[in-house]
Amino acid sequence: MEFVQKLLRRVLLAVFSLFVIVTITFFLMNLIPGDPFMSEKATPEIRAELRAKYGLDQPIYVQYVRYLKGLVHGDMGNSYILQKGRAIASIVTESFAVSMKLGIRALLVAVFLGIPIGCIAGLWKGKVIDGFVRVFSAIGISVPGYVIAATLMLILSVQFGLLPISYNKPGGSVMPIIVLAMYPTCYLIRLTRASILEVLNQDYLRTERSKGMSEFIVIFVHALKNSLIPIVTYLGPLTASVLTGGFVAESVFNVPGLGRYFVTAVQNRDYTLIMGTTIFYAALIIFMNLVCDVLYQIVDPRIKIN
Amino acid sequence: MKKNPLSLQIKIDADDIKPLDKDIFLKDTEETSDVGFWKASWKRLRGNKIAMAAMFVIIALIIFAIIGPMLSPYKYDQQLRGSEGLLPCFAHPFGTDRLGRDLLVRCMVGARISLAVGVISAVIVLIIGSIYGAISGLIGGKLDTIMMRIVDVIYSVPEILLIVVIKLVIDDPLTKLMDTVEFFRPLQKIGAGLIAIFIVYGSMYWVGMSRIVRGQVLQLKEMEYVTAATALGAGKGRLIRHHLLPNCIGQLIATVMMQIPSAIFTEAFLSFLGIGVNAPMASLGSLTSEAMDSVFSKPYRLIFPALLISLIILSFNLFGDGLRDALDPKMKK
Repeated sequence: MEFVQKLLRRVLLAVFSLFVIVTITFFLMNLIPGDPFMSEKATPEIRAELRAKYGLDQPIYVQYVRYLKGLVHGDMGNSYILQKGRAIASIVTESFAVSMKLGIRALLVAVFLGIPIGCIAGLWKGKVIDGFVRVFSAIGISVPGYVIAATLMLILSVQFGLLPISYNKPGGSVMPIIVLAMYPTCYLIRLTRASILEVLNQDYLRTERSKGMSEFIVIFVHALKNSLIPIVTYLGPLTASVLTGGFVAESVFNVPGLGRYFVTAVQNRDYTLIMGTTIFYAALIIFMNLVCDVLYQIVDPRIKIN
Repeated sequence: MKKNPLSLQIKIDADDIKPLDKDIFLKDTEETSDVGFWKASWKRLRGNKIAMAAMFVIIALIIFAIIGPMLSPYKYDQQLRGSEGLLPCFAHPFGTDRLGRDLLVRCMVGARISLAVGVISAVIVLIIGSIYGAISGLIGGKLDTIMMRIVDVIYSVPEILLIVVIKLVIDDPLTKLMDTVEFFRPLQKIGAGLIAIFIVYGSMYWVGMSRIVRGQVLQLKEMEYVTAATALGAGKGRLIRHHLLPNCIGQLIATVMMQIPSAIFTEAFLSFLGIGVNAPMASLGSLTSEAMDSVFSKPYRLIFPALLISLIILSFNLFGDGLRDALDPKMKK
């Protein structure tokens, strides 16, 4: 019962957070002077007509309520600059499918590389391999995504011609995935290593050893299981970092995903599209955070939500 | 006395119950009691080779960024006619860009701006976060609940998106404000883009810090050793100096140090989006993202600023790691 109550409160917080971000983005975007038709070579009459058509002539709170109503129905308005008149919801869903395909593969790479490597480094603490892994992972979280992307392109494509730069050619998704997976992989390595080291110091492992359990069981059954629990909480931020990585990787490699749309929308000041993508991303990340909070609670009953 | 072979009595010699050598105790407590918190931390830090190397790199970078531009014959926004787009050569070790600006001096100034972004935003975050967290923790009750709910909401919102949105919105009004209002005119030198970055970081990144400070305040208020120290007659000053501060400041400093690379990282990302510092001002982020446009024809333009920014973030990360280990007394072995 207590669990359900907490769950409910957590869901409420998530919904409220989303509401806050929708409100903040909406009003911030409307603070910007001018309207989307400023740049058009149109007479004032036509502009007024356009404003009326999109409801921009109404008071701000009416627009706000209408925007909220639209959001509930999955309508985010139209793009004014990049793809004139096209519904943002359709741009978002279409391009997000591309981003997701890439993102999920990068996530899998991060999880299946990051956790084992982190374990190895933690179990062999202070050895050569640990030092190597630590340096590599520190570099991985320090180098900005587009620098990695550029380095990969210069070495793998220009110098050796191993992989195509264009996303559409076969093998074209390899480099974007490496760029996307780099930061989360290295972050996971560090997280797993720290977590393993912490668990290895716990008393219950000493108890098990003193009971004569083999080192194999102690490490692989008891230590690893418990040290992987905190990593579940990283699922939310992991999604977020793959998303931000997506902005860079998709723009550099010209992947027609949502990240590239967001970057071009920012560069071209397509405010409705920025608003739509921001809200979509926010909803996604808030949802992922919610999921991993709940998962954490289920996996480790000692943890209290909040 | 002859021992009964069946007896379970343990045979004890006089030697076994001699008092232990005093030095053993001294050795154990050496680090904590006599040497003092800072010296002990410094000793631990000095033992960490990676952190020390990172520290020297940071010092070298700071010298490069602050003194470097003064030694250079060029200025960062000086356009040299006739030497546009030069390859690295003796006069211009990093080459020049397409407007004929010396890239070495631009890298130095860029490093200066990037470091300033990191350090100043870390200080802003520390101030706002500490005040907010301390008030929340000290007063407690309903106010605490409300303040922490606000933090929860901001925390659950993906910060990078709001940073982009806020930056987009405040850029133009800020520029206008600095152009028109006399009071803000001195700020023009720093540039609206940079000020906007500070405002944005200040408004988003303080949440983590406030949580840490509040947690520390709550924890320290209830600590048994605090009660114990009071019972032993420790005054307020001793309590703060020897018990509260050492237990709290380590985590604060470590968090502040970690804030620096993440701020620089975010600035690089904003520059990539084209909303970083304003031209002709340069940050390492803006230099790298400018160079991305001609990465295939002139890769050398990317290499130097990219190496520098990676080196700065890397050394701050490594130094921050070492500092945290050195300052956190609970991790002591």
